Amino acid sequence: MQQPNAYIGTPQNRVDGRAKVTGGAKYAAEFEAPDLAFGIVVSSAIAKGRIKSIDTSAALAVPGVLQVFTHENRPRTAWLDRNFRDETAPPGSPFRPLYDDKVIYSGQPVALVVAEEFELAAHAASLVRVEYETEPHMTDLDLKRSEAYVPPKKRSGVKPPPSPRGDAEGVFAQAPVKVHAEYRVAIEHHNPMETHASTVVYEDDGTLTIHDKTQGAQNSQSYVASVFGLSSSQVRVVSPYIGGAFGSGLRPQYQLFLAVMAALELKRSVRVVLTRDQMFTFGFRPLTIQTISLGANPDGKLLSIMHDATQTTSTFEDYQEVVVNWSNLLYHCDNVKLTYKLAQVDTYTPTDMRAPGAALGVAAIETAMDELAYATGIDPVELRLRNYAEMDEADKKSFTSKELRACYQLGAERFGWEKRNPEPRSMRDGRELVGWGMASGVWEAIMQKTAARAVLTQDGNLEVASATMDIGTGTYTILTQIAAETLGLPMTSVATKIGDSSLPKSPVQGGSWTAASAGSAVQNACLSVREQIFKYARQMESSPLANASIEQVTFAEGRIHLTNDPSASVTFAEAMQAGGVERIEAEEKASPGMLTSMRYSGYSHSAVFAEVKVDEELGVIRVTRIVTAVAAGTILNPKTARSQILGGVVFGLGMALEEESMLDHNLGRFMNHNLAEYHVPVNADVYDIDVIFVSEHEEMLNPLGIKGLGEIGVVGTAAAIGNAIFHATGKRIREYPITIDKLLG
Amino acid sequence: MNRFSYLRATSIDEAVREAAADPTARFIAGGTNLIDLMKYNVERPTRLIDITRLPLDRIEESDGGGLRIGALVTNDEAAYDPRIHDRYPLLSSAILAGASPQLRNSATTGGNLLQRTRCYYFYDPGTPCNKREPGTGCPATTGRNRIHAILGTSEHCIATHPSDMAVALAALEAVVHIAGPDGERTIALSDFHRLPGDHPEIDTILQHGEIITAVELPSTDFSRNYTYLKLRDRLSYAFALVSVAVALRMEGETIAEARLALGGVAHKPWRDPEAEAMLRGQSAAEGLFASVAACILKDAKGYEDNAFKIDLAKRAIIRALFQAASGTPQSQTDKRIQ
Ligand SMILES: Cc1cc2nc3c(=O)[nH]c(=O)nc-3n(C[C@H](O)[C@H](O)[C@H](O)COP(=O)(O)OP(=O)(O)OC[C@H]3O[C@@H](n4cnc5c(N)ncnc54)[C@H](O)[C@@H]3O)c2cc1C
Ligand code: SF4
Repeated sequence: MQQPNAYIGTPQNRVDGRAKVTGGAKYAAEFEAPDLAFGIVVSSAIAKGRIKSIDTSAALAVPGVLQVFTHENRPRTAWLDRNFRDETAPPGSPFRPLYDDKVIYSGQPVALVVAEEFELAAHAASLVRVEYETEPHMTDLDLKRSEAYVPPKKRSGVKPPPSPRGDAEGVFAQAPVKVHAEYRVAIEHHNPMETHASTVVYEDDGTLTIHDKTQGAQNSQSYVASVFGLSSSQVRVVSPYIGGAFGSGLRPQYQLFLAVMAALELKRSVRVVLTRDQMFTFGFRPLTIQTISLGANPDGKLLSIMHDATQTTSTFEDYQEVVVNWSNLLYHCDNVKLTYKLAQVDTYTPTDMRAPGAALGVAAIETAMDELAYATGIDPVELRLRNYAEMDEADKKSFTSKELRACYQLGAERFGWEKRNPEPRSMRDGRELVGWGMASGVWEAIMQKTAARAVLTQDGNLEVASATMDIGTGTYTILTQIAAETLGLPMTSVATKIGDSSLPKSPVQGGSWTAASAGSAVQNACLSVREQIFKYARQMESSPLANASIEQVTFAEGRIHLTNDPSASVTFAEAMQAGGVERIEAEEKASPGMLTSMRYSGYSHSAVFAEVKVDEELGVIRVTRIVTAVAAGTILNPKTARSQILGGVVFGLGMALEEESMLDHNLGRFMNHNLAEYHVPVNADVYDIDVIFVSEHEEMLNPLGIKGLGEIGVVGTAAAIGNAIFHATGKRIREYPITIDKLLG
Repeated sequence: MNRFSYLRATSIDEAVREAAADPTARFIAGGTNLIDLMKYNVERPTRLIDITRLPLDRIEESDGGGLRIGALVTNDEAAYDPRIHDRYPLLSSAILAGASPQLRNSATTGGNLLQRTRCYYFYDPGTPCNKREPGTGCPATTGRNRIHAILGTSEHCIATHPSDMAVALAALEAVVHIAGPDGERTIALSDFHRLPGDHPEIDTILQHGEIITAVELPSTDFSRNYTYLKLRDRLSYAFALVSVAVALRMEGETIAEARLALGGVAHKPWRDPEAEAMLRGQSAAEGLFASVAACILKDAKGYEDNAFKIDLAKRAIIRALFQAASGTPQSQTDKRIQ
């Protein structure tokens, strides 16, 4: 029988599920405040130039309009770049809303209209007249590629490519088998369901309580404090629920600045919600052009890997992500040259988007590996096994754990891969060509220093708290599981509080590090409570546990008992009464182990298998089946974990076939800025997705062995689908998304 | 969004009178297109005349043995109406190929015909657009034009009409019933929408103040050999890149009567009498269908992003003709192309 309260690793419903489906869960734009005013953003029509004049008189004349903020009348804010920088900012000068008359990208906010009613503000915003003096802009990476440069300043947390090893060029030139190709992935916008919004509540004492759509309550808090010269005690950010973000909420976005600015100036509460089209006026996954050269022996063994990527960034910041390093992480090779460059265009700075860098780099290397499989006549899975990286060769470290082999094996078995005829165009179902393709996925298992608090009260209730976030991933649920199991309480006795800047310190939610980081912090805090309560239990008069050590007891159902004699037990309440305490409180941190990270590399892995059916004449693609086998250490909750992977796979499907933000280079503007024309997968696009969690023993990264699941589902999916399309049609499309025109072209 | 007043019309006369009196008044039916356009500041009516309470929500037998679909019949009511489903399955199929169930529940027959183009620029008042603001130019011709027209374009506008329903109605030779300040009139659906020419700001022949009261389907029976084939950027809930409505009357193996309309390729549902004539009296054959496709597309003109539509339309026409001729119409739920 299951140990009572043994929740870790078991499928549990979301603890916030009921609140979400009944509307009890409040999102940033749903918080009310007395006298709330509403702000609407006016966006620039041009990509570059200056604002010659801005006529706000008609807007101001609308009864109920409180103010129109522009660069001409905005209040003073901090003026050092560093004040505008946030936890995840790349090097450079962060964008400052309404700073001066300069327009540096299309869609830039140029005014904020604030009114008593939302509709009034929207109406008045349409009356603001802006005259521009345009300057020539450039948004076309192809025309800027020749000016690409290696970012002079590294972005914190983003590993630059390692120095070259061996002689990749020389060996490639001599290699018996060669693959050399260019790959592109289109610009994508995150497009979470919830558009960005901030409700700034102006409290009676002049302090601010802010409900912001963010992946980091404390990141938003410190940004607001430093930009507006407030102390951290004057700003509290409370964002308990986030309607998806995928990275778009990592940086404080301009609606936060504008709402706070207006609230401070008007001394009243203000809400600013961006429209769907304005969701295309800040960060995005940048356009990336990659060139890969693989040199190999006829037996498929890689002799040389060269992987180069050029991405766009803005003119004001050097955005960076890890695009090319994955090639050598997945495959053993002695001659490796990985390079990464940026080219500046007149758009906003790109922003991390789910599996930043990896989704792009792995799409390219895994397509190239498929090309190598055909060039050598070796089965794609076998080719990967022959080149399997046993260690992190760039850093010369061992892996903390790596069950990618098992992913290939279990995924292939479940998929029925051995029945595949390797010949392209060899499988068919009526008019449809059938294709089977596969790819690997990899993502770093990251831990970030995070703190958590646990408070146990005599009534047997436990509250755990950390300033971390749940962006829809299931953080509430897994933290509740960890806390309940650690202290031996039913999950229903645990309340998890997150998404509030006043709680113990946490970094932004991102990079798949939250489960490992906040999970470990919560575990540590609960362990500390456990020790204290055990101390009281032992000290009780005639305690049955007097002579026991903590290793000899079990915590379950609100009591502590001898593991080999459950009748010798003390309830939490008894122990606390005996100790004379009403509550036991502990705050602890969890940090990445320095020793581990010096010697080991931690990554999660996956093997993705895809079946596509392609109408031979019409090029209509259906992804009829996906099997993804994931090795990511401990799976805390197979139910929410599966949902994460399903979502990730669908995200990858979008990258493979649909998502593309189209820039009009003449106007320097994204044009398909709505969900009717920016296509993300709909139900009809999604057929069977089978998720396998491969068991992986992980003990080095953190005591629970957590690696995280937010990104891994995305990585590899696009390439698996692209490779399946090649197998079906014999046509290699090296430009994602693979749309009808490319397939028929 | 601008300020507007609102009137709920109680009779067709009142609706027409009120609309005619105010040049910036608009009728509102399902609102699924108009409200969006108002939010984008593309449409700025000062007066909304709500016609949803008018007695135009019925599907009735017409004198000539056809059906008369009231302008306020919703898209879903029409698609699932047993009479339409049985006698005009092409229409049901085309409606169900469009939008989503939620939208179809609100969208009306009249509104569907009058929905405006999905051209990116038209929707974005931050950009020029001849259709939205005559004389400002057409950035689509040199910009992003993946979803734009290849037939019947002008240098002033290359937008498409996005309706699926209208494509089927064109093939079925439906007739639009109109009431206006000067009385009632009817017009063939194929003549209802216009080409952009020098006036892309005008989508249809409807005059200000005129209201669509019904769409009438003639009695001709195309319930056996028909199809609506829609190709798009995802398997559902996207506007057509190219769509083909085919209605055939077969006598044995011979095509006795043929109608073919294309969607997603022009400012209106596109019919080509010459191509239809080529089919008459012939039996289904790849070569014939290919020459019909070539004939329809002979004057097509592609732009940077949408040139692929020319070839795609040809392929779609050939497939759709086969689907119709063999009595295996495209399913709108099974996304495999028949
Ligand atoms: C996300 C999205 C996806 C869509 N996908 C598709 C698709 O794939 N295929 C497709 O065909 N359509 C699609 N549509 C469009 C949808 O079909 C139209 O919005 C709908 O049919 C419009 O009908 P309505 O009654 O809501 O019109 P309204 O918005 O009420 O009106 C539209 C226009 O028609 C005028 N009008 C309405 N009724 C009358 C009348 N009786 N007489 C005179 N004037 C009138 C109004 O004044 C207005 O100018 C989509 C829409 C959206 C928002
Ligand atoms: S194609 Fe027509 S609707 Fe589109 S920008 Fe040109 S004029 Fe406007």
